[in-house]
Amino acid sequence: MQYLLLIYENEAKREARVGEEQAAYMAGYHQFTKDIIAAGAFRAGDALHPTSTATSVRVRDGETLVTDGPFAETREQLGGYYLVEAEDLDQAIDIARRIPTASCGTIEVRPIMDYAKAT
Amino acid sequence: MPPPSPAADALTRTLREHHATLMAALGRATRGDLILAEDALQQTALAALEQWGDQGVPDRPVHWLLRVGRNKLHDRHRRSATHDRHAPALTDQLDQPQAPSEQALAQMLDDATIPDERLRLLCACCHPALALEARVALTLRVVGGLTTDEIARLCLVEPPTMAQRIVRAKRKIRDAGVPYAVPPIAELPARVAGVMHVLYLIFTEGYAASGGDRQVRGELCTEAVRLGAILADLLPTDGEVLGLLSLMLLQDARRHTRTDADGGLVLLEDQDRQRWSRRKIVAGMDTLGAALKCGPPGPYTLQAAIASVHARALRASDTDWHEIALLYDILDKASPSPIVRLNGAVAWAMAEGPASGLRRLDPLDTEPSLHRSHLLPAARSALLLQMNRHAEAAAACQEALERVGNAPERRLLEARLQQCLYPGS
Repeated sequence: MQYLLLIYENEAKREARVGEEQAAYMAGYHQFTKDIIAAGAFRAGDALHPTSTATSVRVRDGETLVTDGPFAETREQLGGYYLVEAEDLDQAIDIARRIPTASCGTIEVRPIMDYAKAT
Repeated sequence: MPPPSPAADALTRTLREHHATLMAALGRATRGDLILAEDALQQTALAALEQWGDQGVPDRPVHWLLRVGRNKLHDRHRRSATHDRHAPALTDQLDQPQAPSEQALAQMLDDATIPDERLRLLCACCHPALALEARVALTLRVVGGLTTDEIARLCLVEPPTMAQRIVRAKRKIRDAGVPYAVPPIAELPARVAGVMHVLYLIFTEGYAASGGDRQVRGELCTEAVRLGAILADLLPTDGEVLGLLSLMLLQDARRHTRTDADGGLVLLEDQDRQRWSRRKIVAGMDTLGAALKCGPPGPYTLQAAIASVHARALRASDTDWHEIALLYDILDKASPSPIVRLNGAVAWAMAEGPASGLRRLDPLDTEPSLHRSHLLPAARSALLLQMNRHAEAAAACQEALERVGNAPERRLLEARLQQCLYPGS
């Protein structure tokens, strides 16, 4: 199965992280990414620009509504993602908990819909 | 409600007693797709109702159910495989088109009764990716074989809410890829709290059935104790796992004395203590001792300690109610709950008199979780009756009767109401 690991963190804290602290944090990400590539679980992954650049799109009664900002106003914002291949949810959770932001933010694990399987 | 028939009775009984085994066997065949497995079991139950009604109940109803259930899965698999090359594979056992021999069926049943198979089912139902309330509901449904209505009553929610909860949980298991496997030993402790909670609710359902006439649904207690013992084998140094097993053993020791010949409820103080199971009491006491060696006692161990005080008393009048009341106070600190405070109030009433208990019941009136339960007015009516406050006792009794769903408890309350209304008789 494929799982999308959505990385939620507090953007204000993310921007406040600078210098050596930021370097060490990113080193954790480089190592994690290398590890899951080596393990064959990595499918895709990216960091996202902050939510100030986000646009939400909704269509209601045929009308397209475009609004500035992310869909939900919460204390944590979507900051990046990994698309990984995992045997089952336990394996996906095991990968997700190793993402550095898991220790200060939230990782949302979402199974990828497999249209071939959906009946 | 359809009129009861011998076929329907036999089907209900067989499904109740062997639900976990049947689901473990069918769940294994579908590689953990519990929706497919349960659909097949439901279709099988409908077929059984019809065929058993016409031709009589088969000699071995479980074998019959498993054979037909397996055939339903096979038919479905063949149908979807024609239309969809991506149809999920069934296990080899089911890929064989011919009808399974009696021997193969017996083998499937044997496989499904080994501890690991049912623990696999239990771990899928108790997976932490499901909300705790969903785990409880799903385990009672899939492993315990209870109806949605029974589970709703036990969990104090409305039946449609419960039906929705169960459907969502099964979909999540299927769509999110919740593994159908026993977790590695290192991850097991993290799963344990949920599994224990679920097991104890199953035990409670067996011990005090929430609906219908069967006060003691023994096989559920036996099953909960058995699963508890498997957990204790896997986690022999987890004090709470041992505490839970001890608690269930000590309560189970009294199970057969909780109802009289007519199915009426017999209160603890009126039970024939000679008939309490010494074997289970000894096992429960030993397990409690082991639990207490594991560190500070948790909620299950404290409840086991309370049960052990009862088990130690050879006559009801020997019961050390003061010790029990203090244990309830400690329990409420370790794990605050309105039910614990309610039981504690009853224990203080026994230790110090009804006024002491009544004073502790009053603050519970504002507890929303007790609003639909008969327990609070039932306890209050007993204490008021002891204090000869007959009119108030009768009112509390009537309030309890409006909420109670269980026939033996209803009879007990009705008898008490008579005492309140006609005190001299």
